[in-house]
Amino acid sequence: MPELQNFTMNFGPQHPAAHGVLRLILEMDGEVITKADPHIGLLHRATEKLAESKPYNQSIGYMDRLDYVSMMCNEHAYVMAIEKLLGITPPIRAQYIRVMYDELTRITNHLLWLGAHGLDIGAMTVFLYCFREREDIMDMYEAVSGARMHATYYRPGGVYRDLPEHMPDYKASRFRSKGDMRRMNKARQGTLLDFIEDFTGRFPKCIDEYEVLLTDNRIWKQRTVGIGVVSRERALQLGFSGPMLRGSGVEWDLRKQQPYAVYDEVEFDIPVGMNGDCYDRYLVRIEEMRQSTKIVKQCIAWLRKNPGPVWLDDHKITPPHREQMKSDMESLIHHFKYMTEGYCVPAGEVYAAIEHPKGEFGVYMISDGANKPFRVKIRAAGFAHLSALDEMVRGHMLADLVAIIGSQDIVFGEVDR
Amino acid sequence: MTAALHNLLLYWAALPFGWRLTLRSLGGIIAIMVPLIVSVGFMTLIERKVLSYMQLRLGPNRVGMHGTFQWVADVLKLVCKEVILPTNANRFLFLTAPIISIATAFAAWAVIPFSNGVILSDANAGLLYILALSSFGVYGVILAGWASNSKYAFLGAMRSAAQMVSYEIAMGFALVGVLLASHSLNLNQIVLGQSGNIGHWYLWPLLPLFMIYLISGVAETNRAPFDVAEGESEIVAGFHVEYSGTAFAAFFLAEYANMILISALAATLFCGGWLSPLQGWSWLAGTSLGFLTRTSFIWFALKTSFFLYCFLWFRATFPRYRYDQIMRLGWKVFIPITILWLVLEGLAVVLKISPWFA
Repeated sequence: MPELQNFTMNFGPQHPAAHGVLRLILEMDGEVITKADPHIGLLHRATEKLAESKPYNQSIGYMDRLDYVSMMCNEHAYVMAIEKLLGITPPIRAQYIRVMYDELTRITNHLLWLGAHGLDIGAMTVFLYCFREREDIMDMYEAVSGARMHATYYRPGGVYRDLPEHMPDYKASRFRSKGDMRRMNKARQGTLLDFIEDFTGRFPKCIDEYEVLLTDNRIWKQRTVGIGVVSRERALQLGFSGPMLRGSGVEWDLRKQQPYAVYDEVEFDIPVGMNGDCYDRYLVRIEEMRQSTKIVKQCIAWLRKNPGPVWLDDHKITPPHREQMKSDMESLIHHFKYMTEGYCVPAGEVYAAIEHPKGEFGVYMISDGANKPFRVKIRAAGFAHLSALDEMVRGHMLADLVAIIGSQDIVFGEVDR
Repeated sequence: MTAALHNLLLYWAALPFGWRLTLRSLGGIIAIMVPLIVSVGFMTLIERKVLSYMQLRLGPNRVGMHGTFQWVADVLKLVCKEVILPTNANRFLFLTAPIISIATAFAAWAVIPFSNGVILSDANAGLLYILALSSFGVYGVILAGWASNSKYAFLGAMRSAAQMVSYEIAMGFALVGVLLASHSLNLNQIVLGQSGNIGHWYLWPLLPLFMIYLISGVAETNRAPFDVAEGESEIVAGFHVEYSGTAFAAFFLAEYANMILISALAATLFCGGWLSPLQGWSWLAGTSLGFLTRTSFIWFALKTSFFLYCFLWFRATFPRYRYDQIMRLGWKVFIPITILWLVLEGLAVVLKISPWFA
């Protein structure tokens, strides 16, 4: 009898299901995986090191590029860390705007996750359905910050500017009919808030559409139920957070456990799974999208009633008004100092964490009193999840590996940093 | 003009019989192959268009009016590209595999009746011939995966070998049902056996077998949701991952030709082939709409197109099965159902239940 031997297979980094640049060395017994060894670092950009070499504000843009599908949430954690060190609290309106955009970001993240997860399992159409709604949220990003993805909208002490009074609309083009234009611009006639409100009105129906294609689909269930099961205890031991942890039945959500911004003012529920398999994680994320819509609605209602400042008036840490700068010497000095040197932050160390769409996203920051951080350490949720990949896929087939990677919702920008 | 034609006919008659047979067959082959290849080309375009409209996209719209000639551009591109031979590949098998795939996919068309008696080879064992050829098509896939000497291709070949062989059985059993009902393996006879009206189609008494045939057909051609052999997100392109240029085009062509073949067979075996669905509506015969009740190639084409559309529809709707789940479906669900239905059908044949088994 010849000696039987497992074979190794190189999965990625150029693989359609690698979600970026994941490289896996798989040890395969036929179709069954006996070991999966993730190799990371192909997207390492030294974000933490770069942050140590520049004034605090200039690193906000790097945060967008960590988990590049949930941009503003990354900013939130970083900005919160600086605010804690400075001992400042942003105006309440800014906090509501942040919560609203955090939740919109959660929706975009989950939409991309659902699309990619569906595509991995072969449900191609869901991907494009999700991107239709994602496009609207990209427009909301653009309306508020000028950038569709890398917004750099949150700043220490508030947000860069108030919500615009006018929602940009589509311009006439020879590729669009008048009817199309009218349909596409229908929700874009009023303010940005009107547009977001319209979105929250129709989005639950869109979720129903995705669910019709997937939730009760027998093939979808066969592919996800009982796949990549993580028990409650293991999930805690492995350092899971976010939907991965809640999928395993642990009721843990930083928005509830240690509310930041105004999460204690809004009402929402956190969905929890039972079995800790891919299907439960899918259901948890779908429900999170519904809950996020609910939060966004409450924020809109509050924001409509309560106008006010969105950025602190302390020009040591926020730039002065442009007009004052032209006539006021002190403002000019403030502006010069702010844009060149930045601001010095009292010495100390701080950990600020938020409930990122993927889990706990934390920024640990040490300041030595200078205008740039002495050390920044970013706690990315995906890193802990990816470390558990080997345990999750052992004994499963190659096709399940793809489903599990999908359900972990990994983005390499944050894993490799 | 007529004199020239007359002379030509004289020449034709003067040819030895063997020559005449060969020439006639060659003419028939060309008459089938050319439209088939063109329809494969259009099929790729229609697939992209149908999928894109289902997915809120526009699809190809640059080459020609609404992308009509996109497929020509694709073919030209593929033909102009180099056929890369991987260093460690077995050159002979590597190049034989696409030829086997495409040859079997086209050869099966010899026994398909396009209209009453319009058939290249009116073989008595037509059904058997088709089963034989579709089984042979598996070799193309297996050899391609094996000869590439790549792990991805190897996995794809293993998957498709197991899958196609097991669905061959379910499909074979489903076809036995047709055989039992029609008492013939000749496809033309099978269609004629369904004449009368729409109620005479084998679709109705053999509904479970028809469903199984259609699903097995999807599995047999490695189309979504059974496309594990080339499952894009798992093994990238499966058995043809190492192929490029014309060799890849051959696999592509074979896949679509097979898809059209399966649809044509579904129309022929279960839905009365070229028979009109309005056949037997005698009150229509006298009116100006009387032509609708006549048998025609158009009906055959329409029915085939409907099943082709279903292939695309499935692809847009369903997630992909896992390889072992496909096997379970084939062996533990389809084969028992077909056997059970064959027993019931046997009883019906013995009891001569009209109108199908009388």
